[in-house]
Amino acid sequence: MSVDLSQFIPSFLEESFEGLALMESGLLDLKRGDNETIHSIFRAAHSIKGGAGTFGFDNVTEFTHLVETLLDEMRDGRREVTSKDTEILLDAVDCMRLLIEAARDNQDYDHDKVAKTSSRLSETLGDEQSTDSENESNSNIEKKDACGYNIKFIPEHSLAKTGNDPIFLFSALAELGELTICANTEELPALMDIDAQELYLSWQLTLITDVEEAEVIEIFEWVEDECLLTLEPITNTSDDEFTQNLSEGVNSIISEPSVQPQLPSKAANQISLASTKVEHEPDAVIEEKSKAAKGKVKADLGSIRVGVDKVDSLINLVGELVITQSMLSELGNDFDMTKVERLTNGLEQLLQNTKELQESVMRIRMLPISFAFNRFPRLVHDLAIKTGKTMELVINGEQTELDKTVMEQIGDPLVHLVRNAADHGIESKEIRLANGKPEKGTISLDAYHQGGNIVIEIKDDGAGINRTSVLDKAIDKGLIDANATLTDSQVYDLLFEPGFSTAAEVTDISGRGVGMDVVKRNIQALGGRIQVESTLGKGSTFKVNLPLTLAILDGQLVKVGTETYIIPLISIVESLQIDNNLINRVSGDMVLYRLRDDNVPVLPIYQLFNLETECTEIDKALLVVVEADGQKVGLMVDDLLAQQQVVIKSLNDNYQQVAGISGATILGDGSVAMILDIPGMINMALEQAQRAQRVKTDGNSSVAAELCL
Amino acid sequence: MTKVLVVDDSNSIRDMVSFTLKSAGYQTVEAKDGQDGLSKAKINNFDLVISDVNMPNMDGISLCTELRKLASFKFTPILMLTTESSSEMKIRGKSAGATGWLVKPFNPEKLLATIKRVVK
Repeated sequence: MSVDLSQFIPSFLEESFEGLALMESGLLDLKRGDNETIHSIFRAAHSIKGGAGTFGFDNVTEFTHLVETLLDEMRDGRREVTSKDTEILLDAVDCMRLLIEAARDNQDYDHDKVAKTSSRLSETLGDEQSTDSENESNSNIEKKDACGYNIKFIPEHSLAKTGNDPIFLFSALAELGELTICANTEELPALMDIDAQELYLSWQLTLITDVEEAEVIEIFEWVEDECLLTLEPITNTSDDEFTQNLSEGVNSIISEPSVQPQLPSKAANQISLASTKVEHEPDAVIEEKSKAAKGKVKADLGSIRVGVDKVDSLINLVGELVITQSMLSELGNDFDMTKVERLTNGLEQLLQNTKELQESVMRIRMLPISFAFNRFPRLVHDLAIKTGKTMELVINGEQTELDKTVMEQIGDPLVHLVRNAADHGIESKEIRLANGKPEKGTISLDAYHQGGNIVIEIKDDGAGINRTSVLDKAIDKGLIDANATLTDSQVYDLLFEPGFSTAAEVTDISGRGVGMDVVKRNIQALGGRIQVESTLGKGSTFKVNLPLTLAILDGQLVKVGTETYIIPLISIVESLQIDNNLINRVSGDMVLYRLRDDNVPVLPIYQLFNLETECTEIDKALLVVVEADGQKVGLMVDDLLAQQQVVIKSLNDNYQQVAGISGATILGDGSVAMILDIPGMINMALEQAQRAQRVKTDGNSSVAAELCL
Repeated sequence: MTKVLVVDDSNSIRDMVSFTLKSAGYQTVEAKDGQDGLSKAKINNFDLVISDVNMPNMDGISLCTELRKLASFKFTPILMLTTESSSEMKIRGKSAGATGWLVKPFNPEKLLATIKRVVK
């Protein structure tokens, strides 16, 4: 009987990572005497250890054993929960994660770190030796040439009350060799006095076998405290001795016939087969396991755990869709005009079904943002220790749902922003107190939905961004002109310039100036944007706006000539009818539109994409003001059409990358519409302008360059 | 058919035990902790109970104590899955009425061989 264990490994791994997360958050919350938390941490460690042993991850078992022992002492109150121990345990959790990940990916791990943490754990434990080996040494095997055993088995009367039944023990024994059983009925009371729940018999057994004594004793393992058990090896099996043994039970009723049927030889064969298999099994299992683990890496990345309720609702909706479909096709069989109303109803039903189905399918990809947030308590905890500042993390809206793909890619940028907040934002204790602020700094993470987007705010109540030092730095680095006048938001945007860092000292937490530009790039790659608000002395807020999903986009359909384009709603600032008085032609083709305080360059889409349109006059057209990279431009379009959700189809997969276009979609009438890539279009416009300049060297080049800064 | 109640809070272990038993021809019912196990035991009869010790809501030892109070579980074999083979653990199990214990880690073959000591 062989069972392939590898099929349970993915679920073990998943469980383990959940367990580790639970341990980590538990340890971070751990307060003295908080028994429930210690219990749950212990349980998580315990489960990981048990599973790891079963599934063959021995190094995990070994390491977790130390963790478990320490936790056990805390749980029993034998050890005070000190912050030092908590730190060690947190490190240990990291090591366990390392080990499990290494086991999953079948890769090597940081042996140094594990060894170090392991020795710290042992030190903390005072190098106590576990008493586990006690049993083995007790039953020390001195078996030599024994070819069988005489076993005297006198159970306590209450044996049956723990669910043990001698007959099963005997059948297990019989599988080890040839068994002869004599029951001793001496103790059997008179029928009147018998308590049906008690056991009055004892047995004399003779087992002819070549297995070791320990194996025989093991069968009685569960009853050894409830019986008198003596085991005498038979050194040579002369028939005399054998019969002598039998005759010892003079007074006993020979119950052999009644027991014998319980020992089918078939079962004995099966077991002996199984036991030979056991010898070979471990290697094979481990081999298979490592293979499986290798294959699993990819599979894990691509899998989603979906609640049963979500799947049920899908099945339900598909059911309804099928009903609607059959209703419609029946209607189509012999359609006449009298049935138009039923047809419209049916189609409406279909619309409703499709919409609900779409929403449900989208919901499957949605996960609560706590998946991305749950690593931050630990991060902030570690940062506080590293920087010597006191700070706490407040998380709000962790149940806000977000597309899985977006979630995976937003993790790292968020880590960077939180690190920045801890490192640059929050001031040291002394400075905070001197400024009349509470000693403890607060970093808060908020997530909420706004329209079709999710907004994540990383807020700190620290020093805020010092405008002057940012400007000085930017001038120093040659990013801006010494006498440029910039608005606050333009100044903050400088933080995202490559190679910009304001920390006076570069720390190992952040401040190498690699990062903020990457953060911004990553967020933009997800179709999102980041904004900064800051008040000197009060703190800063980084606001990340992300689309809920990458598969569907809220778009504004616009008409240019005969074409329909889609502008992502997230990048639209406003749409307006052009007021002739606000048009400002600076040079040649360049047109600026005065939008309140801003001069917005106008990009006629028809020119950009070389389209034929009747609407070439700017004053007849509509202007859609969009923003990307902090730069506003006005897209000149013929007409605004509907706003709708569109499913994004990749141009790369179906054709090739086209400048200024981020993807395509299929509209309700079956036609294909391009989705505009706003940052890409701005770059295109910039290039076109530069090309135009080169042609017309007498043009006002400085204006054009500044326009597209 | 021999019916087994498998109680463990870890999905992977529970699945493994249950799968092993099923493939050997046993019928199984799974429960995710002691509480769940107890309520399933109250509406079903079982020939064997295999339970983890450390579980949320109700641990294996309490489950064992509770089961022994039920008339239909008075003599039912109850095996505890434990990671430690310490004698303290065994005494605790025994005094709660456990029949025996299976020390983790165990492989499917060992599991099947050991439960033969208490059920058909």
